[in-house]
Amino acid sequence: MSAEPALLAGESAAQPQKPAPRLARDGGIIFGATVILLMALMGVLAPWLGTKNPSEINPAFRNRVPGIEQTIRNDDGTTRTFTYRMGTDSLGRDVYSRVVYGARISLIIGITVATFSVAIGLFIGLVSGYIRWVDAIVMRLMDGLMAIPAILLAIALVSLFRAGLLSVIVAIIVPEVPRVVRLVRSIVLSVREEPYVEAAICAGTPTPLLLVRHILPNTIPALIVQGTFICANAILLEAILSFLGIGIPPETPTWGNIMAEGRGLFRIYPHNIFFPGICLAFTVLAVNVLGDGLRDRLDPKLARRV
Amino acid sequence: MADKPVLDVQGLTVRLPRGADRVNAIENVSFAVAPGEIVCVVGESGSGKSVTAHTVMGLLPPGQLTATAGRAFLEGDDLLTKTSAEMRKIRGDRISMIFQEPMTALNPVMKVGDQIAEVLDIHTNLSERERRARVLAVMQSVHLPEPERLIDVYPHQLSGGQRQRIMIAAALVLDPVLLIADEPTTALDVTTQAQILKLIKELRERRNTGVLFITHDFGVVAEIAHRVVVMQHGRVVEQGRTQDVLRRPRDEYTRMLIRSVPSLSPPAREPVTATPIVLQTNDLTKTYVSGGLFAKRREVQAVKQVNLEVRRGETLGVVGESGSGKSTVARCIARLIEPTDGAILIEGADVAKLGPRALRPHRKRVQIVFQDPYRSLNPRRTVGAAITEGPVNFGMAESEATERARNLMRLVGLDPDSLTRFPHQFSGGQRQRICIARALAMEPEILVADEPVSALDVSVQAQVLTLLDDVRKRFNLAVLFITHDLRVAAQVCDRIAVMHKGEVVEEGTTAAVFAAPKHDYTRALFDSAPGRNFEFGKFEV
Repeated sequence: MSAEPALLAGESAAQPQKPAPRLARDGGIIFGATVILLMALMGVLAPWLGTKNPSEINPAFRNRVPGIEQTIRNDDGTTRTFTYRMGTDSLGRDVYSRVVYGARISLIIGITVATFSVAIGLFIGLVSGYIRWVDAIVMRLMDGLMAIPAILLAIALVSLFRAGLLSVIVAIIVPEVPRVVRLVRSIVLSVREEPYVEAAICAGTPTPLLLVRHILPNTIPALIVQGTFICANAILLEAILSFLGIGIPPETPTWGNIMAEGRGLFRIYPHNIFFPGICLAFTVLAVNVLGDGLRDRLDPKLARRV
Repeated sequence: MADKPVLDVQGLTVRLPRGADRVNAIENVSFAVAPGEIVCVVGESGSGKSVTAHTVMGLLPPGQLTATAGRAFLEGDDLLTKTSAEMRKIRGDRISMIFQEPMTALNPVMKVGDQIAEVLDIHTNLSERERRARVLAVMQSVHLPEPERLIDVYPHQLSGGQRQRIMIAAALVLDPVLLIADEPTTALDVTTQAQILKLIKELRERRNTGVLFITHDFGVVAEIAHRVVVMQHGRVVEQGRTQDVLRRPRDEYTRMLIRSVPSLSPPAREPVTATPIVLQTNDLTKTYVSGGLFAKRREVQAVKQVNLEVRRGETLGVVGESGSGKSTVARCIARLIEPTDGAILIEGADVAKLGPRALRPHRKRVQIVFQDPYRSLNPRRTVGAAITEGPVNFGMAESEATERARNLMRLVGLDPDSLTRFPHQFSGGQRQRICIARALAMEPEILVADEPVSALDVSVQAQVLTLLDDVRKRFNLAVLFITHDLRVAAQVCDRIAVMHKGEVVEEGTTAAVFAAPKHDYTRALFDSAPGRNFEFGKFEV
C-alpha cells in the first residue's frame, strides 16, 4: 500500500512546498500588514510624534496653509516655534495632530467591529446552520437586519442615546452580522454532510462539541478574510458617518470628522480634506490587499494554482 | 488484425513536476492500437493510465506535465510534434475522447443536440439542416430512444446512461479512427454499464474504430478487450492478448491484480442460525418531502417497508444500484437520519423514533464505516484523536482510550506509533483501516459498512475485506454490508438482500441467490456483471 500518487499534477495536493519567491507570493500580505502596523504605531505613539493637543482651538490662527510656523508660549513662560505641517482648520486646530490622533479611532472601530461581527456571526451561523428549526427563524431575522441601512440605524441610535464611539460601533456591527452569518451558515451546511462529521455523530459527540471540534475549524479561513473586509468597510463607514455629522462628536479627531470640518472651505483650503483622505484611502487599501492575500494563501483551491 | 495500427505509442515518457513522489508520470510506455481493436489499459490509481490517454489526446496540463521522450503516431503522424492549432483540428475529427463522469462532461445549459452539433460546426461546413440530420443519425446509432425528441433536451433531463450515450454520439459523429475512453462506465450502474460496453463493442465493429479503453476493472477487461496493457507506477509491466494476459499472466504484479478480483461464485458458508437476532427492521420507510409553501409538493419514497434482520456474527449484504435506497437504509439504522415510519429494533429495543438524548446510549452499539476514505476522517485532527473520540465521549479516561486505540491500530495492521499522525499521511486503504479501528473502538454490536471498499484499488480492496471479515469473527459482530458490487457481496456476505427502487425484491442466502435468482431484477443485475463468464485467478501454467 504505497501512498497513492495523484493522477494528474493538478491533484497533487500533498507535494512538498517549493521555496517559491516569498515576496512575489505574499507581497499583498506583507504590504497590507506593514501599512496597518505603521498606522497602528502612529495612533499609539501620537503624543510623541510632534503633535499638540488635537482639540486645542486657536482662533487667531485659522485656515492656514501647511508648513506655516507660529511661536507658542509654553506653560513655564518660555516660547517655542511650532510648525503646522498640514496647516490648521477653520477653528485653528492643528490638522497634523488631528490626523495622527484620528488613526486611533479609525483602527479601534475597524478592529472592534470586525472582531465582534465575526464572533457574533460565527455563533449564530453555527447554530443556525446546524439546527434546522432555528435556521428558518434566524435567517428571516437576518434578512430583516440586512434591510436596515447602517446610516439610518446610526441616526436612530444617536438620537436615542448620544453620539459616541459605542453608538457608531453598534450601528456598523448590526448590518454586518448577517453577512457573516450567511457565510458561516453556508460552510456549515456543506461540512455537516461530510462523512467525518457523521462519524462523530455516531461516536456520540455532543452537538456543541461537534460544532466546535469538527465544523468550526472549516470556517476559520473564510472568516479571517471576511474579517479584514469588514474592518475596511467599518473604517470607511465611520468616516462617512462622521462626515455626515451623525457619528463621533465633532471635537474628537477622526478622519471623517476632519474631512467634515474641511468640507465647507475645501475649494480654497484643500489640505483639510486631502491629508485625512490619503490616510483613510491607504489604510482601507492596505486592509483589503491584506484580505486578498490571506484569501489566496488560505483557500486551498486558489493557492494550488499559484 | 495485421493492419497498420491507428495508434502507435513508442517509448512515451512524461515528466512530473518537481517535488512529486516520482520523477516520471509514465516512463517508456509503448503499445499499439489496430483499427477495430479494443485495447484496455489497466492499472490501479496512480499507475499513469490516465496520463497516457491525456498525452495522446494532447490534453496535458501545460507547464505541469511535459512529454520528454517518445512518440505517439496516429496513422503515421507524430502527435507529440503537433502545434496546439493542429491538435485542435485532430481532436474530435480523428481522435475523440469520452470521460468518466457524463454529468460534468456535458454542458448543463446547452441542449444535447447542440453539443453534438458543436463538433460538426467546428470541423465541417455543413448547413444547419445537414447538421441536424447527422446528429439525429448518430443519436440513432448509439440507440438513444426517440432522437427527434431527445435532440432538444438538456443533460439533466437524461439518465446517466443516456448522457454517456450522448457523449459517445458526440465522440463518434465524425467517425474518428481512434476513440479514447477514460473509465467511461465507472460512474454508471452495472446494468447501464453493460449496455454501454455492448454499445462500444458494436460501434467499433460497425465503424472499425480503434478503441483505447482505460479502466481499473478486470471484469470490464474480460468483457470487451482484444488486448490488454497492464501498467504499474508509470511503466508497462505486461501486455498481450486478453486471453493470454488473463489466463497466463507472466508478471507477478499482473498475477496479484488478477488474483485480487473477487470471484462471482460465493464460497461455501455455514448459515448463521443459532445466534440471536441483533438488528431487525420492521417496515422501515423513509419518505423525502420537498417543496412546500410555493413550490409544488413532491414526495420521494427512498425506502419502502424494508424488513431486514441480522444475527450476531452474520453479514447481511444489501445489494443495489444507485438510487435503490440501500444507503438510506444504512443511514436510518445508524440513525443519522430519522425514518418516516417503521421500527428499527436493536436487540429488541426500538430506536427508530428516539430523540437525540434517548438515542445517545444506543449510539455506541451501531457504528458505521463510510465509502470515501478521504472524507471520513477530519483532516485537521490526528488519527489518535479520531479513534479515541467516541470512547472519551462515553466517559473513558484519555489514557485508557489511547491504550485501546494502540491495540486497535495493531489489530487493523497499522503501526500504533502512528496515532499522532494526520489522515493525509496515510493511503486510502490505510485510512479505511483507521475508520474500521474507529468503529471498533466503540465496541459496537452492529457494524454498518456503507460501500467500504468501492473507492479502493482492487489489491487494497481484498485486504480490507479480509480485515472486515476478520473483525466480524473476532468480535462476533452483526455486519450490514452495503454494496453495489456483486463480486464483493459474493465473497463476504452470508445472506444478501437485493434492493430496487426502495424495496427489497429478493432475499436469501448468498449461495441460493447467486445460484438461482428469482426476481427479474436480480437476474438482470447478474447478467450485467462484467466478466461474469470468466473465472479470475485460475491461471494456466
